[in-house]
Amino acid sequence: MDLHEAQVYLQTSLHEISHAFQKVPGSAVLVRYIQSSYQNDPVRSAIELVLVIFFVRYLLSPSYPTHDPNYVKLRDDEIDELVRDWEPEPLVAPQTQLEEAEAERQPIIVGPTGPKVKLSNGKTVVNLASYNFYNFNASESIKEKAIQTLRTYGVGPCGPPQFYGNQDVHMQTEHDIAMFLGTQSCIIYSHAFSTISSVIPTFCKRGDVIVADKMVNYSIRKGLEASRSNIRWYEHNDMEDLEQVMKKVAQEQAKKKILTRRFIVTEGLFEMVGDCSNLPKLVELKEKYKFRIALDETWSFGVLGRNGRGLTEAQNVDAEAVDMIIGSMAGPLCAAGGFCAGSKDVVRHQRINAASYTYSAALPAMAAVTASETLNVLQCNPDILQACRDNIQAMKAQLDPRSEWVRCTSDPENPIMLLVFKPEVVSARRLSNEDQERLLLEITDEALANGVLITRLKSFPLIGSIGTNDIDIKPALKVCITSGLSKKEIEKAGMTIRHAITKIMTRKPNKQSSTLAA
Amino acid sequence: MYARSAGLSVKSSGGNNSTLQGPSAKQRTQAQGKGNIRKLMPHTEKTGERRPSQSRGNRLSQLFSSSPKANQQPSAQQALMAMQNGSSPSITASGLALPTISLSTATAGEPNQDEPPTTLFQPPSSTEISRQKRFDAQFGPLVDPTDRYVSKHHGEPLEAPIIDEPPYYYVLTTYISYLLLLALGHIRDFFGKRFSKKQTYKTLRVANGYAPLNDDFDSFYTRRLKMRIDDCFARTSTGVPGRYINVLNRVSDDFNETYRYTGGATETLNMSSYNYLGFAQSEGPCANAVEECVKRYGLSFCSPRADSGTSDLVCEVEKEIASFVGKPAAMVFSMGFVTNASSFPALVSKGCLIISDELNHASIRLGARLSGAVIRSFKHNDMLDLEKKLREAIAQGQPRTHRPWKKILVAVEGLYSMEGTMCDLPGILNLKDIYKFALYVDEAHSIGALGPKGRGVCDYFGIDPSRVDILMGTLTKSFGANGGYIAAEKHIIEKLKSTNSATMLGESPTPAVLMQILASLKIISGELVPGQGEERLQRIAFNSRYLRLGLKRLGLIVYGHDDSPIIPVTLYNPAKISAFSHEMLKRRISVVVVGYPATPLISSRARFCVSAAHNKDDMDRLLAACDEVGDILQLKFSTGIAGGLKPLPEDALEKEKIGQGAKGPKLVIEPPRWSLEEVIARGSEDAKMRLR
Repeated sequence: MDLHEAQVYLQTSLHEISHAFQKVPGSAVLVRYIQSSYQNDPVRSAIELVLVIFFVRYLLSPSYPTHDPNYVKLRDDEIDELVRDWEPEPLVAPQTQLEEAEAERQPIIVGPTGPKVKLSNGKTVVNLASYNFYNFNASESIKEKAIQTLRTYGVGPCGPPQFYGNQDVHMQTEHDIAMFLGTQSCIIYSHAFSTISSVIPTFCKRGDVIVADKMVNYSIRKGLEASRSNIRWYEHNDMEDLEQVMKKVAQEQAKKKILTRRFIVTEGLFEMVGDCSNLPKLVELKEKYKFRIALDETWSFGVLGRNGRGLTEAQNVDAEAVDMIIGSMAGPLCAAGGFCAGSKDVVRHQRINAASYTYSAALPAMAAVTASETLNVLQCNPDILQACRDNIQAMKAQLDPRSEWVRCTSDPENPIMLLVFKPEVVSARRLSNEDQERLLLEITDEALANGVLITRLKSFPLIGSIGTNDIDIKPALKVCITSGLSKKEIEKAGMTIRHAITKIMTRKPNKQSSTLAA
Repeated sequence: MYARSAGLSVKSSGGNNSTLQGPSAKQRTQAQGKGNIRKLMPHTEKTGERRPSQSRGNRLSQLFSSSPKANQQPSAQQALMAMQNGSSPSITASGLALPTISLSTATAGEPNQDEPPTTLFQPPSSTEISRQKRFDAQFGPLVDPTDRYVSKHHGEPLEAPIIDEPPYYYVLTTYISYLLLLALGHIRDFFGKRFSKKQTYKTLRVANGYAPLNDDFDSFYTRRLKMRIDDCFARTSTGVPGRYINVLNRVSDDFNETYRYTGGATETLNMSSYNYLGFAQSEGPCANAVEECVKRYGLSFCSPRADSGTSDLVCEVEKEIASFVGKPAAMVFSMGFVTNASSFPALVSKGCLIISDELNHASIRLGARLSGAVIRSFKHNDMLDLEKKLREAIAQGQPRTHRPWKKILVAVEGLYSMEGTMCDLPGILNLKDIYKFALYVDEAHSIGALGPKGRGVCDYFGIDPSRVDILMGTLTKSFGANGGYIAAEKHIIEKLKSTNSATMLGESPTPAVLMQILASLKIISGELVPGQGEERLQRIAFNSRYLRLGLKRLGLIVYGHDDSPIIPVTLYNPAKISAFSHEMLKRRISVVVVGYPATPLISSRARFCVSAAHNKDDMDRLLAACDEVGDILQLKFSTGIAGGLKPLPEDALEKEKIGQGAKGPKLVIEPPRWSLEEVIARGSEDAKMRLR
């Protein structure tokens, strides 16, 4: 009985299906084709059927292999066991001894930063550790302007520039910087540290060639990593080596008959060494070999040149000859954020393609206005820069020629003075980099005990970054000069630092290790 | 609408919970904010000199509190007016920080006893009215005290929101539109690059031996698609991005190549800024605290945290954030993007695995890429897929060597900014118990915006924050400041502080930003101006639900979870992207519109960001606009499966309850097309119930 019902059901449904099939346009043609081909050549029909099945399978399968070739197929219970057995490492490793010592000694400033700061232990010390070179932080008129901005704009712009975060003050600041530098256009980012890390991958893509100085800073290295370009290195500030590398790149590409974007990436003042680049030569080479330059002026903008326009002003190079100038508004300008100045095309391309511009909130209006204001001050009275340079000289006179232990690697006009151990000291005492770091840490302690706050160059985040295998970043003391102190005070501070160095270096070696252990 | 709100604000000025309304309540708020600034400033200050003149002033003014107020008010007004015009060169600080009266000791509930009883009623002067108007433009007054809702999860498993689909006609026309745009773009490029002398093509050609600056393929989308509707993006604004935002008027004479500013600005309802709790204000306790802070701390710390950028202020903020999110320690950064980009490299490295949600933000992707770890992604919010990926990863180990992974880090966001969906935190934590991975939750959008106390997704789901390893968030969105934070166990933060590159080398946050964070955190937690924080939290929750329900009832297709303040409305056809933005701007509403590649090709959308600064009137205004524009642009095509249905007959709910398990009454699903009047009439009641 059941069988009969099933048969009827089957027949009706078959009938329905064939009826539906006949309704599909073109079905009659298909049926006729199959019938005739089967009659003529049954084997062909079979092959065609196989082909159709293969084609459907091919269409449905993913377009890339789902498993790598050495995929091991496991049963569910085996996986469960593996899951049970798997023990991850702790999320972070414990702090190293040096890190702990450093964190312990981290000075906490109470109140505003300035030439003299109060620390959390109640002591007031001379501050030679911040980038407040011209002491704009204490300027009442700039503060007033910032407060006015606060009362019209609030604090945060509450959105990325593309979505209503772009305010008229930002446009004004962009305009001001472009005018100040003498470039066509400018774009401001909300964070100086990440500006160049974002600018490089915006223009350099896979396959492009970047030639970079071996001593470039951390942010640049991160940009190079993110760009996935082909990176070549040249010896630090060695223009001949640079030319060699560039020539080689040009020859290789000429041979292969390809033309990719080619960039030179270097710094105005080097964060890790303190010296400056030879821009006229760079521009000459770039034009000869058809490269573009991205110049990181984070440490030279607001510092070098008569008005603080940076390396271009100091070495009399037209700012338009440099394709991209990247700078910071967070250092001596006492505002926040960074910028990239260049031609209109360069800037426009960044507005939608630069990750840290598009995907991040815009700069607070207060900071943008502050930057415009401080630029205006720099432009109007260049004497401020001179006062700072005088102080640099005064400090240098106390340290570089007089100390038998350290020398200064910074440019004479760089207010960030990097002091490294003289090579003979290092070789005589066989100091490893780690030993040097420890000694420097003790020196900063000693100086702080005597009322001068200085710091060390933080180079270890670089370790493991791209291109750091064969370079030697020397541990250094960082002394930041400010025009907020008188020449006398600077000299006194310089003397304190020199004595601190001498005291630590002339101490008996066994005592050294005991203090470290403690 | 405005007349109504003004009237109400006077009426409710006596109410003690609506702290933001009425002139007297507002002054109290402000004065109290000023009084609390000292509380905000770290205690170490006490050892320094204490400005005796001011404290004497306080005592004196306690006696004559009415007279300085009367004198002060107009001068403050003038200063403010002048500043609005941007012409006054000198604004005295005392003029701005309104009442210098006694109130540093007053508490919120306490009635102001110093008020002389002589003035009975004075109609507000014109300056006062304009001042109030200015204040309301940044933070709208609450229309009805019941327009509140507590943002909280009610325990049932989090279901993915139902995604409604448009009729095939719209899908087809969308594809055809893109096809046309692409074809036309390529044709123009082909001929342009060969024959045109225009500037546009210069960067695409080999010139003078230099390779083109950008590949035509890379920039094709920007040049050929985005450029057509470019005037919908990056509209320049001025003033506070609060309840309203002033958009500068501009026109383009050369097809969006350049813009000409015609002068003046249009005040529009701000549905675009991430101002969740309405802290974008240039007045009130936060701004007062920031002003005081700039005077005291200056503009910047001019140094990375590791050198001399660590101040008492930043330590205070870190402590406050840690206790706010419920973690033992926290660290702040000066930019949200960098928080992610620099934290992943500090947490994981080679030999580790990052499993990331496919819709995670660009900063997470960049951070993950820079870390050197292997990255895999799972389907958005799909716990089954995540589990599959985890099992496979643990079973197979590292590629090639099959060694076990050192660590597995799962990265998700609390609230997804383009979809309006929340992460399924309970589901992820269940997996975490089994698979022992570390969990990184990016609360960029959810912190402040979700949860009964505004503490993010953990708060919303009622989950102990200690179960999540790393809580990251930004301070840009809910707090009206800038920057980001990371909160975790103490040893993790300590290690991160000494290994994170942005802390070692990047600039530290500015004092103004830090104070904004501190003040807004204290308002949310109720330490400062009690009641206001709660009001803000409940207003945004109500507004979100009200608007979402209203839009669904009008027949628009809305994405995301019910409690999320991000409300995307789908538009589909590319031409509707710009049309919607223009139509809204015509009605003085500024909205964010997004299309491919930020969204899938087909589902381009407009996104509304609801704020606590909005009130019901604003939501109604937006609903009215959406109703009109929805008709003009043919956007009402929801089928009803995602909600917005007509309410069931009275007894149906009960029947459904009884009939659970068995076969309940069948729900009738018909396309919801409510009239605007119906939507507004029923909205506030229904928004507080379970949305359907």
